[in-house]
Amino acid sequence: MISIKQLSKSFGNLTVLRDVDLDVERGETAVVIGRSGSGKSVLLKHILGLIHPDSGHVYIDGQSIEQMTRRELDQVRIRSGVLFQGGALFDSMTLLENVGLGLAENTRKSRQEIDDIATERLQWVGLKDAIDKFPSEVSGGMRKRAALARAIAMDPDIVLYDEPTTGLDPVTAEGINDLIVHLRERLEVTAIAVTHDMNSAFKIGDRIAMLYEGRIVFNGTADDARSSDDPVLQQFIKGDTEGPLEII
Amino acid sequence: MGFVQTIGRWVLNLVLDIGRLGIMCGRLLSAVLRIPRSLKLIINQMLTMGVQSLPLVLLTSAFTGAVSAWQGAYQFQNYVPMRYLGTAVGKAVVIELAPVLTALVVAGRVGASIAAELGTMRVTEQIDALEVMGIDPVRYLVMPRVVSGLIMMPMLVMFANVIAILGALVIAVTLVNLSSETFLNGVRMFFSFSDLYTGLTKATVFGLIISLIGSFQGFNASGGAEGVGRATTRAVVTSSVLILISNFLLATIQFRL
Repeated sequence: MISIKQLSKSFGNLTVLRDVDLDVERGETAVVIGRSGSGKSVLLKHILGLIHPDSGHVYIDGQSIEQMTRRELDQVRIRSGVLFQGGALFDSMTLLENVGLGLAENTRKSRQEIDDIATERLQWVGLKDAIDKFPSEVSGGMRKRAALARAIAMDPDIVLYDEPTTGLDPVTAEGINDLIVHLRERLEVTAIAVTHDMNSAFKIGDRIAMLYEGRIVFNGTADDARSSDDPVLQQFIKGDTEGPLEII
Repeated sequence: MGFVQTIGRWVLNLVLDIGRLGIMCGRLLSAVLRIPRSLKLIINQMLTMGVQSLPLVLLTSAFTGAVSAWQGAYQFQNYVPMRYLGTAVGKAVVIELAPVLTALVVAGRVGASIAAELGTMRVTEQIDALEVMGIDPVRYLVMPRVVSGLIMMPMLVMFANVIAILGALVIAVTLVNLSSETFLNGVRMFFSFSDLYTGLTKATVFGLIISLIGSFQGFNASGGAEGVGRATTRAVVTSSVLILISNFLLATIQFRL
């Protein structure tokens, strides 16, 4: 479904991704873990063409993102959803309008139909009572949940999660993890999440890949990750200060 | 070597910016086809850019007209009959003062606001969010602002023309001791519609500059709150400089033909 081949990206003299390979099967949730600044979000942004690679390709259903026309890329994007790290909700719109925007712009549904769908999605994430609030009027956790509702408003085949639990308290973070698992089962989406929260990674991921110094240094199941003897992976999972990863 | 590097980097950035602006203009032209679907967005922008700027524009125009009447009266005394005061003020206001000063005020108010708004949207990933929803941000964010700028600037300048001449009339009557009839006859005496068209053409060009540069700078902002601040400053400075340069070019075309 999603196939990343030999992807490399540098910003000036800083090489962020080096020949990254990653395949995600239909219906699977892959979690990319790595330290802050390791290039996880950059990798995610390549998948829907928000950043162009220096070399390598991202294939969606066998078609290279780089070789798509604007219209083809928009079609891929319309059947995808993205949960951005900070939510990226539109400040000037209510939560209901935020969730309904994609439907209003990309479909011929009536206002009533759009509002009904947006209300339902907000209900899924427990925000039915906040539909008329603006993003500035709700908490960080609620913003993240509203952003999740927006990401799934168009019944996407693919969902990308950028640090879904970062900045949230443990209870709210667990709520978001539950929602992601629930949505995977309900919508059968193919998903890639990037995170450095190992609780979240083990909970939502079918598979875990670790990005370190621009390369994928581990790619396997959660059990494989736990039993791996890779010192970098083990130090990262356990959060030890001693080991090959230095405190930055 | 450092100096050469600085110049080289500046030229390179300038070429990059021109290229990016060209790409944005291309996307803008293709977005124009979708104006009917964006009418609500355009009307919202017209309210923000036009109606909300009106009080400031009127205030500026009233004082501009008043001071131009003073200036004219001062220069005319003992040399030119005061009945021509209205003519001088009217021409100066319609051709130069109203379009240019309105544009500079709007660049400070609206151009800065466009750059800050879009810049904040850029650094908080809201523009990326539009892209991944399959919504062209140039069509959704830039086109309504540019269309609104093209329509509202000439309207603001029409209001500015009227208020500036009224401001001048008040000074002429109260402080220069000219009758209102004499002043207004002076305004009418050599009034030419081509002067009005010139002023309104300038206003349209200035409206394009303000909205396009504000959008461009906001769209390409990076680096958090500091980056948004830089984009806002660049939007106002670049727009103001381009307004003055294009005003000179348009005046050259007008006065040579």
